[in-house]
This record gives sequence, C-alpha cells and structure tokens, in this order.
Amino acid sequence: MKVSALSFQELGIRLKKGGIFLRTGSFVTHLQTSISSVADGIGLLYADYPLVEHAGFADFHVSLASPRTLRRWFKPQVLFLFDGKPAFKPLPLDQAFPTFEWGLNWCVSSHANRYLIIHAAVVERGGYAAILPAPPGSGKSTLCAALVCRGWRLLSDELALVRVSDGKIIPLPRPVSLKNESIDIIQRYEPDAVFSRKVSDTMKGTVAHMKAPSDSIAYATEPARAAWVIFPKYQAGAATRLEALPQSRAFMRVADNAFNYSLLGVRGFETMAGLIDASLCYDFSYSVLDEAIETFAALKPPVP
Amino acid sequence: MNSQPLVLQALRQPGSLISLSLEDWDLLLRQARQANLLARLYVLLDEHGLLEQVPFQPREHLEWVHAIAERHTRAIHWEISLIRKALARVGVPIILLKGAAYVMADLPSARGRLFTDIDIMVPKDRLNEVEAALMLHGWATTHHDAYDQRYYRTWMHELPPMQHVRRSTVIDVHHAILPETAAIHPDPEKLRAAACALDGCDDIQVFSPADMVLHSATHLFHDGELENGLRDLVDIHSLLCHFDSLPTFWSDLAERARELELTRPLFYALRYATLFLRTPIPVDVQDAASTGRPNRLTLALMDSLFTRALMPVHPSCSDGLTGSARWMLYVRSNWLRMPPLLLARHLFHKAFFSPKAE
Repeated sequence: MKVSALSFQELGIRLKKGGIFLRTGSFVTHLQTSISSVADGIGLLYADYPLVEHAGFADFHVSLASPRTLRRWFKPQVLFLFDGKPAFKPLPLDQAFPTFEWGLNWCVSSHANRYLIIHAAVVERGGYAAILPAPPGSGKSTLCAALVCRGWRLLSDELALVRVSDGKIIPLPRPVSLKNESIDIIQRYEPDAVFSRKVSDTMKGTVAHMKAPSDSIAYATEPARAAWVIFPKYQAGAATRLEALPQSRAFMRVADNAFNYSLLGVRGFETMAGLIDASLCYDFSYSVLDEAIETFAALKPPVP
Repeated sequence: MNSQPLVLQALRQPGSLISLSLEDWDLLLRQARQANLLARLYVLLDEHGLLEQVPFQPREHLEWVHAIAERHTRAIHWEISLIRKALARVGVPIILLKGAAYVMADLPSARGRLFTDIDIMVPKDRLNEVEAALMLHGWATTHHDAYDQRYYRTWMHELPPMQHVRRSTVIDVHHAILPETAAIHPDPEKLRAAACALDGCDDIQVFSPADMVLHSATHLFHDGELENGLRDLVDIHSLLCHFDSLPTFWSDLAERARELELTRPLFYALRYATLFLRTPIPVDVQDAASTGRPNRLTLALMDSLFTRALMPVHPSCSDGLTGSARWMLYVRSNWLRMPPLLLARHLFHKAFFSPKAE
C-alpha cells in the first residue's frame, strides 16, 4: 500500500496514533508525530512511497514533537527524536517538515556503515550513475532537480550510498531539498513539479522540497553503476564548461565530502578507489540549466 | 517493567536469540543501542558463530555498528601512541584505566566496546608536569569556569577533562580512583605498585587483574551517571570470566578489596553480575566478598534501585519508579563523593553562582 491510499485525515490520525512504517529505498522508518505540517509534507511529497504493513521491524524509529516546556505557548519548537532521544537541539516549529528531512538524512549517514556515504546528489540514466559531490554553494541540488525533471532517475539528492561489498550505488530517492533562489528557478523550469511550502529563516535560508519523480520511487530498489563523478559549480554568467579532472584530485575531493570515509578504514579507501577507478571525473561550471542538461545528455559512459 | 529485558537474555544466552521474531529483534536492537551494547551484541553473536542466522535487517544494524567499534579500537591505539609521545620526556609511568586498558591489554572486554574518552592515572606529585606536557602537544583544559577548575583541582581525583584542539579527543588525567573528599581512600600507591607492564611497552601499564575489577566496580557503584551502567556491568562480567583462569585471581580478589577499602563495591559488583548476567563466581569468593554486604534494609533498598537504574534507558526497560531510582542513585553518588557540608556548599554554588550551560 502507498501513502496516497490514505486520505490526508487518515494519514494524520495514523501518524498521531501508532505512527507509520515508511519505506524509502532500502530503509524503513517508523515515524510518529502529531505535528500537522509534518503530516502535510508526508501526504504531499511521500504519496508514492510504500507503507510497510505489519512491519514489526524498522531501521529508524523517529518522532517529531514539541518539547513540553513553557515555550510551546509563545515560541513553539520542534524536536527530532531518535527512538525517544533528541538527536539535535530544538528548532522553530515552523521548520518541522525540513527537520524531518534533515533528521532522516542524519539517521542514514550516522548509522548505515555498510555503505561509503558521500555528501552528493546522484542521478542515473541507462544504468549509469553520475555522482555530484556537494561542497557548500555548488548548486548541486539545483542541477539535480533540473536533471530529474528532464528524465534522469533520482537516486539521491543528498546522500550517495556506495555499497562497500561491490561498489554499486544504492538508491535513496527522497524529496529534493532546494534553497533560496533555486526554489523559484526550478519552479519556473518545471511548472508541473510538486513543491512543499517554503520555510524561511532556517539555518540554510529559505528551503522547500520538491517531490521525487514517481518513476524514481518505483525503481528505488535497483542499484546503479558509477560512471561519472562531476563537481558542479554554478556561477552567474559562466559559460558551460566540462573539464576532465585527474583521478587523484577527484579522489581527495570526494573523500573530503564523505561522511564515513575514515571510519571505514581500509574498506573506505578501497571502495573510494573502486568508485573513482570506474568513473570519468570532471569539473563542471554552468549558469544556464538547459545547456547543463545538454552537456549531461552528451556524457559517454566509461569504456570498461 | 518488563521483568526481563531482551538485552539481558541476549547477554546471558546469545544462542537463544535465533528464535526471536523480527519484532523482538527490533526491540532488542533498541535496548542494546541505548545501553551502548549494540557492538557488543555483534561480538557475542560472532563468537558463537550465530551471525549468519540473524535475519537480514537486524544483522545490517549489527554490521553498521561493528564498523564503528572497529574504528574506535583503531582510534584508541592511535590516540595512545600520541599520548605516549607527548609524555615521553616527562618520564612518568602512565597507567591506562578502563576501556583504554582493555584495548591495549587485548582483553575480551574490549571487543565491541565504544569509547568517549581515554582515562589515565599518574602520580599526584607529577600532575603539573603531565598537564604541561599535554598542553604543549595540543590538549587544552575544558572547564574554564574558575569554580569548576578549583572543584577538580582541590577536591577531585582527576584534572578537568582535557580536549585536543584539533582532533577533539578527550583525555581524563587521574591521580586516584576516587575523589580526595570521598569517605574511602583506595591508596593510589598500592594500585601503582601492583600495576603490570604491557607487552612490548615499558612506559604504559594497566592495573593488576584484581585491581582492574575493583576499579571497574568502584566506578560503577560510586558514579551517579548510570546511562552506561549495564555496559560497565558487562565489563566486570567479562573481566571476571577472563581472569577466572589465573591461579591466584579469585583468592586475591576479596583480600585486595579489603586492602583498598573497596569491599562494598566488590560486593555489589558480584551480586549484580550474578543476578543480571549469571556470572559464574566460586561460592567461597562470594562468601569472602560478603564482608562488603550492607545491612538488610540498605541492601533491599539498593536492590530496588539498581535493578531499575542498571537497565538500558529505554521505555521498554523502565517502570514508574525508574526515574526516581536514577535520581536517588545520583544523589547517593554525590553523597559518597563529598562530606555533607562540602556537598551542600558545592551544590549551592552550582545552583546560584555557576554560569548556566546553554
């Protein structure tokens, strides 16, 4: 059964009472909350995701709740609870849905050590995956959103999961997080895209989440093969330029963007080496999305 | 309260886990995670050759945390090599305590143990040199409030925790195992005299087997922060099982406890290890340790407190009295650390003068 099988009202009641078991990629999250903005966000952006009935087991037990302090009367807050324990400091209640998204990223990136986890967007076409690592301000999410609106499959907007055993990229398609001007840019670029309400004054500025394409969710269990590692850089007025990058440099830069590279020790190194070895590496600067899409369409997979 | 949390069943009889339903696994993982025993669970199942029989989803979680435990062990080795380098020129004998000692002495209790900091013990008259040498190598004191500094330096058995400015790792430098102000004074000289050198190192030592058990027991039953209480009891269980094969270990234990004024913590350690983990302890050792037994009333109270507070901090392991049990043991630990008047002064200062941590 999918989330969309429940009416908004039913969903709200379920979330409040026993919670729902939501499958995203290979993880099952047990989510419980009585905060309506979270229920709205789930109903809107997770409509196509499977609910696991009679699950019995969840990878992550999370809930979002308002701390029971006096503040709930004047400046209400939201807490992200991991199995009952706060994982972060409280945030303003208005940020409850983005907090759920950030919290779920934290759940995966701080636990799932069977994967080398890179802070990167990943998109796929024809079985080949492009990894877009994300130093802050690189415009990776904007590019990722544009690519998935033009037929690329979304594997993840935030966390590239590289399976340690075989180097395959494991999908984790979840809503794409956009901030500030990017929100309007993508709304203009793809007027049909479904967006959550804008939330302003977060630590990342104004944020909104774009719903992942239904196809990407439907194929969420199919891994992909790494083919390209591309460091995007959005620069106003810049010409579209794809420049080959030496693998040694790419290695260090991807390692800088990995959450658990050193934690995994030798296996981290080997997985990273395998990933870089299998990929063509590029620096990519752009300012016009259409040209960027054309450049990606022309990418040739590496010759084995 | 669930009369027997799954995590206890897991620690006593790992073999029985194979018949668990997915739902039970879900609960077991959550209890073990809160108790900081998830990586330990991996090790137990691995040692019994049972990992392959664990259903896929819970096994994933065990593998995930196993990677973290391996990383911790590597990090401890590295960190200790840096501490040795920093203190090489001071020429003081360093005794590793608790987790760091288990790792470096390669004891079974180190397997699957997660760490937050490294504890070492040095002679009190060398504290200044040690602190200066660590500062030269990048460790800085963490408690900047003048009162806190005085609290540690005048009354406690350790310097304020020192954190490395680049790696953020924390080291606790002790000169004794209990505060100066506590009612009992296990003599650090005696502990040092019995300490054993580690294979292949002449500059680091660990406590003798009996002292290691006694320190672990003292730490657990004098400390008010019991979030890791069950983990610490598992340490004791594992040490007892391991040292069981040493010829004089059992006969030394109770005698050594008397010598160090630690008969009470030893009594509790043996009592609760047997009660919760079914640790096999020779009857004559239990008899010898009963010199540390409190009167009947106190023991009944302690039983009701520790059977609650030593369980994982998880709703499935709590009842209506768990919160007050934890609170009472916290108060008790402060009571044991300081004489009443000093304690009152300390709490008064903390409540009204110390800057509030945000």
